[in-house]
Amino acid sequence: MTEILILVLLILISIIAAIYAVLTKKTINAVIASGVISLMASIIFLLVAAPDVAMTEATIGAGLTTVVFLYALKHVKGGEDD
Amino acid sequence: MIKYLLIAIAIVGMGWMLYPLVADFQTATELNALATEYVNGSMNDLNVPNVVTAVVVTYRGLDTLGEVTVLFLATAGIGFLLRRKGHPTGKRRPGSEILKIGSAFLAPLIVLLGVYIFTHGHLTPGGGFQGGVVIASGMLLLTMAHIDFKFSHTLIHWAESLSGFTYVLIGLLGLLLLGVNSFLDPRFLAGGKWLSLFSAGAVPVIYSFIGLKVGSELSSVIDSLQDGGNEV
Repeated sequence: MTEILILVLLILISIIAAIYAVLTKKTINAVIASGVISLMASIIFLLVAAPDVAMTEATIGAGLTTVVFLYALKHVKGGEDD
Repeated sequence: MIKYLLIAIAIVGMGWMLYPLVADFQTATELNALATEYVNGSMNDLNVPNVVTAVVVTYRGLDTLGEVTVLFLATAGIGFLLRRKGHPTGKRRPGSEILKIGSAFLAPLIVLLGVYIFTHGHLTPGGGFQGGVVIASGMLLLTMAHIDFKFSHTLIHWAESLSGFTYVLIGLLGLLLLGVNSFLDPRFLAGGKWLSLFSAGAVPVIYSFIGLKVGSELSSVIDSLQDGGNEV
């Protein structure tokens, strides 16, 4: 029962982060929010007994993708949404 | 107005499309035929405790080879698009004292963890791809902390090419030693003792080369993104 509650909490956090990533004006906040979604997804994968996928999601989704987006943001030197 | 209406229709259509998946879902209580075959095969045949690794490296080895190729092409594309123009890079702020000391302590441990993950891919969760990304994140930490941190590009390119080449070579070795239909079959090396590091045939060897390849590729991606693409 507590496991289902934790799962629902994690899913709620990722849904809120997704909506925030779409609605926010600052691109950097959207990048961080998408990193949060990946982190929540990796915890969910860990809870449903898929540690291999959880590892991939945490390293690639939450780590590397966020960094690549931040570098791309630095290169385009924008910041405001179109 | 019409824009929001279309968005709403798209969302409702998406929900309608995915609803049967949720409605018909029931938890499986036993493995299906294919999964049973995989579990039995990885235990008795290949001697791999981690079934995911057995599937990724052996039963779906050709897919993994394709994934490695896709990653190689992506890296080559990034390197081509962001190639250095010969201009000195703009001024970068040096890393703070905390970052420098923290990275000096953490970076060797992170790289060691990456190596552990890919050499123990057949025993514990994780494997070549995860270990490679962990190594690349260690390199990222060093790149952020020290402005003049550079790793040898010749070394990285040689590590990348050699490990990719050796991966294909190991696959062909299986074909050569075990007969037809055994490309990427790891059983030409001894099965070894259950749960020991040197076991499971060529699976740890293949995963180590994949780990080296992924690690060097992603490190070179980070390097190109760090100081390439200026003055475009």
